[in-house]
Amino acid sequence: MSGDSLRIGFIPLADAAALIIAADKGFAAKAGLSLDLVREVSWSNVRDKLNIGLFDAAHLLAPVAIASSLGIGHLKMPLLVPFVLGANGNAITVSPALHSALILAADGGDVSDPKISARALARVVGERRRRGADPLTFGMTFPFSCHNYLLRFWMAAGGVDPDEDIRLVVLPPPYMVDSLSSRQVDGFCVGAPWNSVAVDLGIGQVLHFGTDIFAKAPEKVLAVRAAWSANRDDVVRRLVGALHNAADFINDPDNLDEVVALLAAPQRIGVAPEIIARTFEGRLRVAPGNSFRSDPDYILIGRKGAARPELADAAWLYAQMVRWDQAPLSAELLAAAKACFRPDLYDLALGSAAKSSAVPANDIGAFTGPRFDGDDVAGYLAALKMPVKNQ
Amino acid sequence: MPKIASGGLRTLSPMDPALNIVIVDENPVRAAILADGLREAGYTRVTRIEETTNLLARIYSLDPDVIVIDLENPSRDVLAQMFQVSRAVKRPIAMFVDQSDAAAIEAAVDAGVSAYIVDGLKKERIKGILDLCISRFNAFARLSSELERAQTALSERKVIDRAKGILMKIKNVSEADAYALLRKTAMNENKKIAEVAQSVVTAAELLK
Repeated sequence: MSGDSLRIGFIPLADAAALIIAADKGFAAKAGLSLDLVREVSWSNVRDKLNIGLFDAAHLLAPVAIASSLGIGHLKMPLLVPFVLGANGNAITVSPALHSALILAADGGDVSDPKISARALARVVGERRRRGADPLTFGMTFPFSCHNYLLRFWMAAGGVDPDEDIRLVVLPPPYMVDSLSSRQVDGFCVGAPWNSVAVDLGIGQVLHFGTDIFAKAPEKVLAVRAAWSANRDDVVRRLVGALHNAADFINDPDNLDEVVALLAAPQRIGVAPEIIARTFEGRLRVAPGNSFRSDPDYILIGRKGAARPELADAAWLYAQMVRWDQAPLSAELLAAAKACFRPDLYDLALGSAAKSSAVPANDIGAFTGPRFDGDDVAGYLAALKMPVKNQ
Repeated sequence: MPKIASGGLRTLSPMDPALNIVIVDENPVRAAILADGLREAGYTRVTRIEETTNLLARIYSLDPDVIVIDLENPSRDVLAQMFQVSRAVKRPIAMFVDQSDAAAIEAAVDAGVSAYIVDGLKKERIKGILDLCISRFNAFARLSSELERAQTALSERKVIDRAKGILMKIKNVSEADAYALLRKTAMNENKKIAEVAQSVVTAAELLK
């Protein structure tokens, strides 16, 4: 079987790289697939068009794939994830004013430590409440997103209630920077290139890389409808194979220039090649001037086992939904969330080339809080409710 | 006319003119076409939001029963927040269509529009609104492509006229002969007449 044509929706972001390279560097063609990549402007559009069958597959926020499978926030449509397109890739940027306030509140502590910055945030929140100021406002990209969970996890670790003490608003990434400069938000959590853009304009400072909060969190996935994939085992297998080969190509430093040039094309990601290159190198300007920070894990496209859809990751995402009142806690919903992630399809497609997780699969590597156990979500959530220590 | 309560289940007739409808569309022409259509159908409370800054706050201040948004709008994701149970959200919003309406979603997405309603409002009561949105969006798309075709035709005619003029001058032939020459060349080269005419115009510019 060859020459299968797949219509795939994507949002122009760095973690669509494996899809774009698979399509534009011939990895899909070698697998007998022709990928028609359709650029979209909102996650709602990608989800709806996948759900109603206008797309065969989609680049999707990992939590959206699970929410769709559980029927929360929108129509119920069981989706399957045979490949994780990217882990991490986000950062928290704050206004210079909030950055100063945090440093002041940290009382000599180092705010690059999220435990210290979170407690400093709690003090800033308390101080604002005492003088009757409006609550701080933070932007994130979608209710079902790691951006949302990352901000909430960090805030809660400092004793801040993200629903009570903070205004969390959804903002399309292209509007984040404007909203920060017009002071409609005091900070945001978003992926590349928007953190860098805010820093370059002198209106924001990167407070944390996403990896400061979670060492390895599933960010974007390749999702297909369960019903669609049922009689297309072979197509899914070949697509996973093509994405795996594309990710390997992306991760070879010798290919960086070519990869970046392909991704920067106007009909693909359409931003300056340097910005994409900086993202893949994990090197971001964090403050005005020549202040750079590097983290090789800043974004993971297939590296360190990031492409394998781990059941524990699905359970962890579901746990975040329960923690923040997006979903009730039940054994059925947990099972449905896990059923969405399909490491078996990934392993089947790649055989001995399958890469299992380099960090323990059952741990997201959070900077604080209880260790996550995918088999005991209730216990994990109960442990999270413990009073914050060292306040 | 039934009174609109500030919450709870509403008892509105299928075409209740009191329904408060908000249109979020950055395309002023399409928004106007849609607003006109809704007013013609008897809906008197139709507001268009042009600026998407602070969209949620604007929507809450208008307190709509129905929100219509175009799919080219990145701010569609902002509306996803209205589904959330949160203190920031005053009135929960539901998707216009539910599980049983795959065909309605498909038609809407196809037309490039999406609609949301406040929770508690029965969807069949405002089915007419979605149908109207779909037909107006489709009409706008047709209008746009017709306009584009008309503009293309106009610019093609202009370039053909210029090429004819150049040929008439250089080759000292009549307008009909100049056109015949363009047409013959187009046929031989398997191109459109306008393309050959454009080449003539370009060549003439270069040789000036």
